[in-house]
Amino acid sequence: MKQVAVFASLADKLQETFKKLRGKGKLTEADVTAAMREIRLALLEADVNFKVVKDFINRVKERAVGQEVMASITPGQQVVKIVHEELTALMGGSESKINWAGQPPTVIMLVGLQGAGKTTTAAKLARLVQNQGRRPLLVAADVYRPAAIKQLQVLGEQLKVPVFSMGEGINPVDIARASVEHARKYGNNPVILDTAGRLHINETMMAELAAIKEAVNPQEILLVVDAMTGQDAVQVASNFHQQLGLTGVILTKLDGDTRGGAALSVRAVTGCPIKFIGMGEKTEALETFHPDRLASRILGMGDVLSLIEKAQANLDVEKAKELQRKIRQQEFTLEDFLEQMKQMKKMGPLEDILGMLPGAGKMKQLKGIQIDPKELVHTEAIIQSMTPEERRNPAIINGSRKKRIAAGSGTRVQDVNRLLRQFEEAKKLMHFLGEGGNKIKKKGRLPFPF
Amino acid sequence: MSLFSKLKEGLSKTRDNFTRRVGDLLAGSSRLDDDFFDELEEILVTADVGARTSMELVERVRQEVKKRRITEPAAVGELLRQEVTGILGEEVPRLGWSPAPPAVYLVVGVNGAGKTTTIGKLAYRFQQEGKKVILAAADTFRAAAGEQLDVWAGRAGAELIRHQAGADPGAVVYDALQAARNRRADVVLVDTAGRLQTKVNLMDELKKIRRVIEREMPGAPHEVLLVLDATTGQNALSQAKLFSEAVGVTGIVLTKLDGTARGGVVLAIAAEMGIPVKLVGLGEGLDDLKEFQPREFAAALFSGLAGVKEE
Repeated sequence: MKQVAVFASLADKLQETFKKLRGKGKLTEADVTAAMREIRLALLEADVNFKVVKDFINRVKERAVGQEVMASITPGQQVVKIVHEELTALMGGSESKINWAGQPPTVIMLVGLQGAGKTTTAAKLARLVQNQGRRPLLVAADVYRPAAIKQLQVLGEQLKVPVFSMGEGINPVDIARASVEHARKYGNNPVILDTAGRLHINETMMAELAAIKEAVNPQEILLVVDAMTGQDAVQVASNFHQQLGLTGVILTKLDGDTRGGAALSVRAVTGCPIKFIGMGEKTEALETFHPDRLASRILGMGDVLSLIEKAQANLDVEKAKELQRKIRQQEFTLEDFLEQMKQMKKMGPLEDILGMLPGAGKMKQLKGIQIDPKELVHTEAIIQSMTPEERRNPAIINGSRKKRIAAGSGTRVQDVNRLLRQFEEAKKLMHFLGEGGNKIKKKGRLPFPF
Repeated sequence: MSLFSKLKEGLSKTRDNFTRRVGDLLAGSSRLDDDFFDELEEILVTADVGARTSMELVERVRQEVKKRRITEPAAVGELLRQEVTGILGEEVPRLGWSPAPPAVYLVVGVNGAGKTTTIGKLAYRFQQEGKKVILAAADTFRAAAGEQLDVWAGRAGAELIRHQAGADPGAVVYDALQAARNRRADVVLVDTAGRLQTKVNLMDELKKIRRVIEREMPGAPHEVLLVLDATTGQNALSQAKLFSEAVGVTGIVLTKLDGTARGGVVLAIAAEMGIPVKLVGLGEGLDDLKEFQPREFAAALFSGLAGVKEE
């Protein structure tokens, strides 16, 4: 089953550990201990805090010892499955909701270390609630970092969200208080406070946050955490939590190749839900947090579910169905090929897609592969320079036809040849996947048209 | 205040957690057994040294202990310091310079690492040395990045070359290099937009910036500095690797070392890639950027340990 393939990397290692296990019906304590060493390493390399790893391993060990080795599944995978489940459980349910105040405006306060991404996140959050039909107010309460106010103003302008600022010489507590007044008067809701980045051990700066909290009584105090944070995440989160009483966490910069183990540490220390994750530089790149996906990622198993979701969000279902039918009946034409390339392009840069595939991030030959938008234009031009007959039956395209198509599309004959070759390969692949896709569909899984 | 005490102050929180634990371990252990070495490994891992590098380090200490027939846990402290300086190098790394000015520094890193702040501090430092500094605002992407650098340029008394938001960073760099030549500047500091190392397009843009520098000023850039947030965990290895592949990193600036983060991942980077740490950021003040002193760094990290000599 697909589920198992997803668990490849760590499962492979565990398989090595379990080689001698063949023939046994149950996992013994010694077997499990050996496996735990690998899991411990995987979690530490993912930046999960040492202490969190220790507690976690103990819990998993308890569950795994004596576990029946299921017939259909190898022991390594069985252990990974337990680990995955426990990790997911530890990260809590999906809770990407904002606590709204009974009496508007709701105040959302963003706090965190320098460079965690608070200002960018404030703008993303504003956009998110704006799309829900609300009228947010962004508040520039970072009076320390040079041009922080200007940064928020520029972002606000891009989003057409008002930005409340009083300049750099004003106490952030007064700014916060005045901004809530402003929101009340002009009907803005929520109020999103962008505070200055600060070290969790800087008492003066932490006291300032406490004073802001006191003054405006926020419904949400969200800790913005860089997903690349290492072991210190525990210290940072617990200090912020102790002094402010956090209500949630936003994990940023998860669009890179970090495994994001800090999330687990922060969650374990504060008990607060991870509400959103930042997945890119654009203001729409704030997404719902899925514990199971992050668990896969921490274990180095890629993010296949996100990939499928992305495909679903961007692919036209009707067209996909039609394409499936054609593949089954071997009617796949150059027109379909073009359509398919366009759909692929809608899913975003190929590098992002590859990043979600388990193991793909490490494959050297895949590095740097991208769908060149220019190439798509060429492809489109070439296909459109063909007659309907040629598009349906490319086999009839001989030398003189190629010359005509090349001239018509402003490309070279080599380009036409390359396209035809690509098409043939795609067709073969389609056929192959089409059959596989069918089988998967029977098992109630998603049709995957490419 | 001497650099050593400044480093110690900056590292004090690190030491509170880290060296105290090592100290406790050394003082509290009566034998150098497996538990002792496991605990030592754990301490290193919590400093973000990374599981693999920690294991290797501990293994080397273990071998050394065996070889020299050391039985006193206290003697392990000095051994550790030697191993750490062995990885980081004994020498204080020098910043690259050009026989014919200007020297060109390209500053790169992920989002939020502290590139612009580092450049501000670096500009101030050069200015204090009586050098003429030009800043190139090649981060044309992030909102108000140019304004932020402008403030720093004002503080440091450096000149700033900037274009409109969204302009081609290569063009900014080109203009900055021309300006540097015409105005006989000693050093050009190029601030680039933060980018995650896995974004191929953005890394290509960085390569292009480097090509512009190489073309306009043969022999340049004289330093390619990767700015690394000390709170970063094992992803720093990927950063060091991919930024190096793209633009050839010559040194690391380890920022935000004034918090509780220990920046131990630079050990892994030095061990695996041989990229030296050249500067450390120890606070928010203009003069809080210091040269990285490996011996002092290691000593500061382990000072308070029995058996470790302070320089």
